[in-house]
Amino acid sequence: MTHALLSDLTTRATAKAHSAASACPCGATTTLADRPDATVVRHAGTVAKAHAPDTTRTDLIPRLTAATHFPGILLPPLSPTPTDLHGRLVTFWPYGTPVDPEDPDAAPWEDAATLLARLHRTPTTALATPPRSADTPLPPMRGPAKAALAVTRLRTTAAQHPATTPVLHAWSTLPAWARAETPMPDTATLCHGDLHLGQLVRHPAPDGPWLLIDVDDLGVGVPAWDLARPAAWYACGLLPPDEWTRFLTAYRTAGGPAVPAVGDPWPALDVPARTLTVQTAARSIAKAVAADRPLDEVEVALVDACDRMGSAPPESA
Amino acid sequence: MQCPKCHAPMHTYNRNGVQIEQCSGCRGIFLDYGELESLTRLESQWSQPAVPPPPAAPQYPAAPGAHSAPAWGAPQGGHYGHQGHHRNKGFGRMLFSS
Repeated sequence: MTHALLSDLTTRATAKAHSAASACPCGATTTLADRPDATVVRHAGTVAKAHAPDTTRTDLIPRLTAATHFPGILLPPLSPTPTDLHGRLVTFWPYGTPVDPEDPDAAPWEDAATLLARLHRTPTTALATPPRSADTPLPPMRGPAKAALAVTRLRTTAAQHPATTPVLHAWSTLPAWARAETPMPDTATLCHGDLHLGQLVRHPAPDGPWLLIDVDDLGVGVPAWDLARPAAWYACGLLPPDEWTRFLTAYRTAGGPAVPAVGDPWPALDVPARTLTVQTAARSIAKAVAADRPLDEVEVALVDACDRMGSAPPESA
Repeated sequence: MQCPKCHAPMHTYNRNGVQIEQCSGCRGIFLDYGELESLTRLESQWSQPAVPPPPAAPQYPAAPGAHSAPAWGAPQGGHYGHQGHHRNKGFGRMLFSS
């Protein structure tokens, strides 16, 4: 299925890259990602993305509009509307240089935090002014929905795994909004919804300013969610304290509203960080079961954290 | 009351809820019936936390700062990344994926 999609996506990316020229001197197209939820190819300075099969126009268009609207925070798309291809919605983007996966020590923690603070401070009413059409409101940020999806997959694919029990127990102690069973308590703050180091690029490549990419989960919601993945890594002992401190300090310095400017940030971070720990543990177990391999030590650290959560439920639950 | 040994006056003190009489002269202590057992019980309560490790740090430490961490977090010293030891492929992948 994906082969035909990949092939045609490549053709479209090439055509988009050369819409102003007739000949193509640049050689091969590279596949940046080919997963069930996204296929992404690059040709020269153009990237084409086929979104997840269940993505709707109603949800995607306002998200693309947001990216168009905040060019200093989010990478703007080349076209404001998606194209249909093999039943998938396809969007085109300028290529940006990503964080080097071989060098996580060079991660731009301060830039990531500053971009998030600016995103969170954006009044969502700014999106209600033209050119955005008023009849397509920005949907909720998808963080809790994706966590719920990961837990559902864990239940259906890895029910017998010994690590599944503590992960499901930790999940059961989370408040309903974090499990996507009720709306989020904040519906006014613009959030990215899936922050990790793969969501940052320099544009123009190779050394332009850092920008956030991937609007698939973007929406209104609880902004602490966007800080919660680094927070979870730190809490699980995976991210060194100084890197976590750099990230948190930069976010506060930039006036980010997700945590109080001074004092303990954990009352705000606790529930999202627990949820993302559960989500990551659930995905890890499902992947390990699918590959018929044991959990690695990082994955065990996540499951251990879920185990401890079971005996210390969140205060706000 | 008077000290049965040196006959100096004895004063009553409250030690952790147990009334004890101490002589103002020789500093000797008089215990009523059951008070020795009460003190022994209190002593064992005090020393008990030393047997299992002390309970986890309060959920939100009293001196909050960027280095505070939640109760469910890894135990102190569990910061694998700090030693560079956990900067392995597993964690590298995790930093870059949903």
